[in-house]
Amino acid sequence: MSDVRSENRARFGVPTDSMVFARGVRKSYGQLEVLKGIDLDVAAGSVACIIGPSGSGKSTFLRCINHLEKISGGLLLVDSQFVGYDLRDDKLYEVKDDLLCRRRAEIGMLFQSFNLFSHMTVMENLIEAPTQVRRIPPDQAKAEAEVLLKRVGLLDKIDRYPRELSGGQQQRVAIARAMAMKPKVLLFDEPTSALDPELVGEVLQVMRDLAESGMTMVVVTHEIGFAREIGDQLVFMDGGVIVERGPPREMIADPQSPRTREFLSRVL
Amino acid sequence: MGVAHPRELSVDHGAAAAAARLTVVPQRRYGIWIGTAFALLLAFLIVRAFASNPAFAWGTAAGYLFHPSIMRGLANTLILTVVIMVLAIIIGTVIAIMRVSPSPVLRGFAGVYVWFFRGVPALIQLIFWFNLSLLVREVSLTLPFLGTIFSARTNDFMTPFFSAVVALSLCEAGYMAEIIRAGIKSVPSGQAEAASALGMPYRMILKRITLPQAMRFVLPPTGNEAINLLKMTSLVTFIAVDDLFYSAQSIYARTFETIPLLIVVAFWYLTVVSIMSVGQHFLERHFGRSDTRRDPLTMRALRNAISLRGIAR
Repeated sequence: MSDVRSENRARFGVPTDSMVFARGVRKSYGQLEVLKGIDLDVAAGSVACIIGPSGSGKSTFLRCINHLEKISGGLLLVDSQFVGYDLRDDKLYEVKDDLLCRRRAEIGMLFQSFNLFSHMTVMENLIEAPTQVRRIPPDQAKAEAEVLLKRVGLLDKIDRYPRELSGGQQQRVAIARAMAMKPKVLLFDEPTSALDPELVGEVLQVMRDLAESGMTMVVVTHEIGFAREIGDQLVFMDGGVIVERGPPREMIADPQSPRTREFLSRVL
Repeated sequence: MGVAHPRELSVDHGAAAAAARLTVVPQRRYGIWIGTAFALLLAFLIVRAFASNPAFAWGTAAGYLFHPSIMRGLANTLILTVVIMVLAIIIGTVIAIMRVSPSPVLRGFAGVYVWFFRGVPALIQLIFWFNLSLLVREVSLTLPFLGTIFSARTNDFMTPFFSAVVALSLCEAGYMAEIIRAGIKSVPSGQAEAASALGMPYRMILKRITLPQAMRFVLPPTGNEAINLLKMTSLVTFIAVDDLFYSAQSIYARTFETIPLLIVVAFWYLTVVSIMSVGQHFLERHFGRSDTRRDPLTMRALRNAISLRGIAR
């Protein structure tokens, strides 16, 4: 395993602390090119925030990282490894489903609409993937789930169904569910966009705690304040390309590109 | 507190007090009164017709209610319904999964299946399978090098009962496939997406996430299908399977007590359908449990009861 990583590092020039490494990532749906060459480096333990108007390709890029979407071209490595492929003799072989699933399980993802399993209680949601995919004994999975629920402050909702929770609580459960797989990186796809304004704060607080504990995070968001406070780098995407990137505070205070300036003036 | 108080004081309570003295006169619904009178009259006429017409022969009907051959017929009807429904759900689930599969060939096969088995009347399918021997004289399995594994004459195994099971389960599976497919489609795509992001493979997602959630949508129409199927099994009378209807027929063919025996048959169908409806209600409640919020009133009453008991002690 580590052999593959060091080979890839040497071959593609991947930094040793790289968690997400994208070079020239392209994605098309038929004639429509959604991503037109994305370069991105996310170091382990850092937080990258991606902002941009809707339709700019930021969600698509996020979904490419865990291979929910296949990229049409370019190079995309997570922890110096391909997610959906094996590299042998200069060919990329698509991996079998079970291997893809095992690798995907190490990349957590959060959605705008939470997507908690609605027929399961909070506890069942948390232990589903650990017990079914990782084959962890239920008792151990439950104990770990309780620790995670405590961390997101929802231990008292353990036997509730998702419908009985507020949006903010559902998203916090979803974060705990993703953490239950002990992922190497967490991808957030507009995690607070579907929330009532007064519920945004509690979700951002949980994300802040995660970032401070050293979790690697890629966050597609409209919360500029969160990006400024927590992000290690800020990326502005528009029309399938990265228009500007940099340290969040500097970029928000003094955007270089007119498109970035226009976008920021609209959302700030 | 100090801020809210003066604001409340500024509200004029005079209008509310004046309104409290007014009485509300309910709207008169003459249409409903007329309709009710008609319905009552109609009900009276029907009951009188049933009770006074000696041709109904209620006593004769009551005498046949637990007749051994009626009981045997009822048992066969129930066995047929259960066996066919179970097979139809299994075949229907497979066809439904094929219909949502990424492979166009599987989708096409399932589409043609549903088109054919829902399109041809059940009675015609039934008689077709019963007469399979006209089409295929013998069924045999022959493997290279091993020779014939088994061979059977179609007439020997296509008994009336077996043809009824084959025909009606294939037919019913066409309906079940559509119901289950609609159920699968009704599960938001985000559910499967979240599951794959957690590393669950396609089959596990179907089994653990999509199908259980589809159940909630699938159950009510499946209950209706089961009730329809119970009644549809009376078609097997045409190929001489001794179900409930056939047993009654063979009695009134001898005794000419047609109406009393039809009453007996109707009674048993109604009884079974009523029991099935109750069962359906409980099944739906079981699978819908994540759907209903815990009733806040019940919870509050429960909490009050507990705390009251604490005070009393």
